[in-house]
Amino acid sequence: MKFYLWLSIALLSITATAQECTYTLSGYIIDLHDNEVLEEATIIIVGSERSVTTDAQGKYVITNLCEDQYTLQVSHPACETQLVKVTVSGNTTRTINMEHHLESLGDVEIVAHAHKSKSRTATESVVDHNLLENNSAASLGDALKNLSGVTSLNTGNSVVKPVIQGLHSSRVVLITEGTRLQDQEWGVEHAPNIDVNAAGEVTVIKGAAGLQYGGDAIGGTIIIEPEQVPVKDTLFGRTIITGATNGRGGSITTSLIKSYNNGWYGGLNGTLKRFGDFEAPDYVLSNTALYERDLSVRIGVNKYRYGVEASYSIFDKESGILRSSHVGNAADLSVAINSQEPFVVEPFTYDINAPKQEVQHQIAKLKSFYRFDNFGKLSAQVDYQRNNRLEFDIRRDSDDLRPSIDLQLETIGGKIDFDYTADNTITAKVGISGRYQDHFPDPVTGVRRLIPDYQGYDFGIYALGSKVFGKWTIEAGARYDYNRINAEKFYITSLWEAREYDVNFAQFEVEEFENQIFVRPEFEYHNFSATAGASYEVNDATTVSLNYALASRSPNVSELFSDGLHQSAARLELGDLSFNQEVANKISLNFTRSTDTWSFTIAPFANFIEDFILIEPTGVQQTLRGSFPVWEYRQTQARLLGFDIDNNVQVTDRFEFSNQFSLVKGKDVTFDRALINVPSASTRNTVTYTIPSVNNLKLSLESNYVFRQNEFPDTNFDVFLPETNTTELVDISTPPDAYHLLNFRSSIDFAINDKSNLNVGLMVNNLFDTSYREYLNRQRYFADDLGRNVLLQIKINY
Amino acid sequence: MKNFRNYTLIALTAISLAACSSDDDGDTPEIINEEEVITTLNLTLQSGAETIVLTSQDLDGDGPNAPTITVSGNLDISTVYNGTVEFLNETESPAEDITEEVEEEADEHQVFYTPSAGVDAAIAYGNFDSDNNPLGTVVTLTTGATAGTGTLTVTLRHEPTKPNDGTLSDAGGETDIQVTFPVTVE
Repeated sequence: MKFYLWLSIALLSITATAQECTYTLSGYIIDLHDNEVLEEATIIIVGSERSVTTDAQGKYVITNLCEDQYTLQVSHPACETQLVKVTVSGNTTRTINMEHHLESLGDVEIVAHAHKSKSRTATESVVDHNLLENNSAASLGDALKNLSGVTSLNTGNSVVKPVIQGLHSSRVVLITEGTRLQDQEWGVEHAPNIDVNAAGEVTVIKGAAGLQYGGDAIGGTIIIEPEQVPVKDTLFGRTIITGATNGRGGSITTSLIKSYNNGWYGGLNGTLKRFGDFEAPDYVLSNTALYERDLSVRIGVNKYRYGVEASYSIFDKESGILRSSHVGNAADLSVAINSQEPFVVEPFTYDINAPKQEVQHQIAKLKSFYRFDNFGKLSAQVDYQRNNRLEFDIRRDSDDLRPSIDLQLETIGGKIDFDYTADNTITAKVGISGRYQDHFPDPVTGVRRLIPDYQGYDFGIYALGSKVFGKWTIEAGARYDYNRINAEKFYITSLWEAREYDVNFAQFEVEEFENQIFVRPEFEYHNFSATAGASYEVNDATTVSLNYALASRSPNVSELFSDGLHQSAARLELGDLSFNQEVANKISLNFTRSTDTWSFTIAPFANFIEDFILIEPTGVQQTLRGSFPVWEYRQTQARLLGFDIDNNVQVTDRFEFSNQFSLVKGKDVTFDRALINVPSASTRNTVTYTIPSVNNLKLSLESNYVFRQNEFPDTNFDVFLPETNTTELVDISTPPDAYHLLNFRSSIDFAINDKSNLNVGLMVNNLFDTSYREYLNRQRYFADDLGRNVLLQIKINY
Repeated sequence: MKNFRNYTLIALTAISLAACSSDDDGDTPEIINEEEVITTLNLTLQSGAETIVLTSQDLDGDGPNAPTITVSGNLDISTVYNGTVEFLNETESPAEDITEEVEEEADEHQVFYTPSAGVDAAIAYGNFDSDNNPLGTVVTLTTGATAGTGTLTVTLRHEPTKPNDGTLSDAGGETDIQVTFPVTVE
């Protein structure tokens, strides 16, 4: 083959001599795997002595060519040399992809730090490997909190949900290795089922600009990618052991990757976490222990032209819910709020009793790609997910060990994407995806289902692209999604009638039993989403970008169908069948200035959400158990305004200062008042001192100040207390005070041998053992947040 | 390594189950009658031939309809009443008697009787758990010499601190039932 090539070139170059030769061939040399431009790549025109070298932008220009076919020999120090045939007719542009393997041979860490932007104009931030490793014993939500604009919604300290610029739950889409995580994310107390240790890198897109992942990410998209595997004969891995004083437990995680020159590879990642009851500064947080076991395996082949990967992961977590947060009725709640200490404080234990959650999430996946030379890359994927969720409440009969909630969500999904890669100044992507979902709440619980049986069908199609025009980059995309939901549900007849469903949704009625009615609601939604943006490179250091995103989200099952007592929250939750989809219009600006010593980003945003669905207390309902606060979902016009600032100053070689500040203001425009559960403003300031000569010793002190949320709706209500024969105000609205936490972090490296190194880290969170409560922690009514925690971490890379 | 083998097995099972899921066959889901619900509380106060019944009934359980509260008569002053309380779940038929369950797990329950100001009455416990702490499904209610109007609240607490000083605040635990009856002593 090669011989034939050489021969034809030789012949062609002879015939070429007679022609007019004034044409230019130009283009970029880019890496296939991460689209990085390759500087100083050499291009030799085969059969001649001419050669050119690419510049810092990866661009090459060859002048005085004839109308002819040429063969270029392209070489780069970090790549395998390749021959490329190019036909020149007039001035020709041709971008050349190179296989960029050799660079990753020397050092695995370089691979881990490579980052490919998910969007050209949207605001995005990246959680790097180090930060993920520091949070090895914690959760994904804890790691993400380190980014500006990302906060968390907690149920205690181990159930942590990420909040992006004020929005959470179904508004935040989580993509793990290309699969959309389907883990019953609708509930506030449902944390993402992700092992933070299996992630190589996490990217957060603030807003709905990641159209390829879904059009309903009104809050944002979190993209989790595994560590990249180099194509060479190697075996490497790491082990991280963390021990913590608070919770008197720890975690161990190990990963091992084996790869071969021929492209085959396999990887394994396992994590084990075990903690006992956590402690607030003044008392034990009884029944907050945690036990988590995760495993993921993958095997695949990664060739220049094609690749296939099969993977499987299981996440298995059991976590206790603070015993004192389980209250009987509104009177109990009132007493709990007014009492400074939790009711139940027992000696420390590793036991996990009811109330507790047990969640198991499995993902099995097969993905593949095929590359068309000078055209693009076609990827296809099928995946299956099974999420099992058990929630155990305290039952009246303590011998009854059945869970109160037993949900199984199964999802089968598939997608096909095509990435156009032939021109370096253009990115273009189109794709389709489909999904079938089956939700089964097991009746064995003997408790009326909070979420009904349902089948969901989704179909999506999108196209997006960006083009570089000199200093400008323009980006645009559009997506259409079809969602269908077929549910089967028993309503209490009195509720069905009280909400006038018997008039408005009579077509869903099937059969009436004593005091319950069986209905089959079916809903269909057509969602359109789009994004448009522009970024301008003012100079080498400064970039400004503006992005507009339109997103639509169908109401989720809990917003539609909730109709009863949420036992663990001691509240009645009511959904609404008449909801239509939320539509968000978000404009975000991103100003970045980055020099060697100073990098600064300010990202203001405005998010206008029509038919925003929220849940808040609306009154009290009497039952035989006493009165309960009723939390009703409703739709409103919402407006979120805010900005995030990131500031990083390298004061000297050793001394670094960084600062983050985030502010969100949420307004319920319809009612002209503040939105409920909007994160408070917060600022994080860190000083880091590094002494490279002393085994890379690094010391840092972080100050985290969280302001009091002064803007909140007053949803307080009164309750009668028989004990005192008085009516008392139940203050469930007023946010807790501002708080300030100091955290210390240090690390030092040791070389074990030429292949392995050891890193020892000592961390102290909440250095001064400050008592505080966080507005977005559902357990703030019942107990203080975590006290001081000293962690010792040992990382071994081999 | 043993774990790994287990997980691999789980993986294979999961994949094979995906193909033949049992619960998406389109059949009507099984109806669940809430087992934890108590719809009815009857407090019967007896003195000689006179019987007064205080009832709270909430047939839609946690549904939107409020409980119906009825009191069959007024209490007399300076009288001793033998009281028994009964808890029922009437969403099932025949109705489930929850009192039996409460009495079986006496050590995990206690019924509290709280008269408001204006109701001159004292309550003495008539039955006890195995540790000789009060249970309260059987009580004696003795009215004083002062006539008046007010309320009597009956509260069933689950997993209260035992022993306690007889007040709700000292007992803690969770409220399973709480009903406030209007009461007149004359």
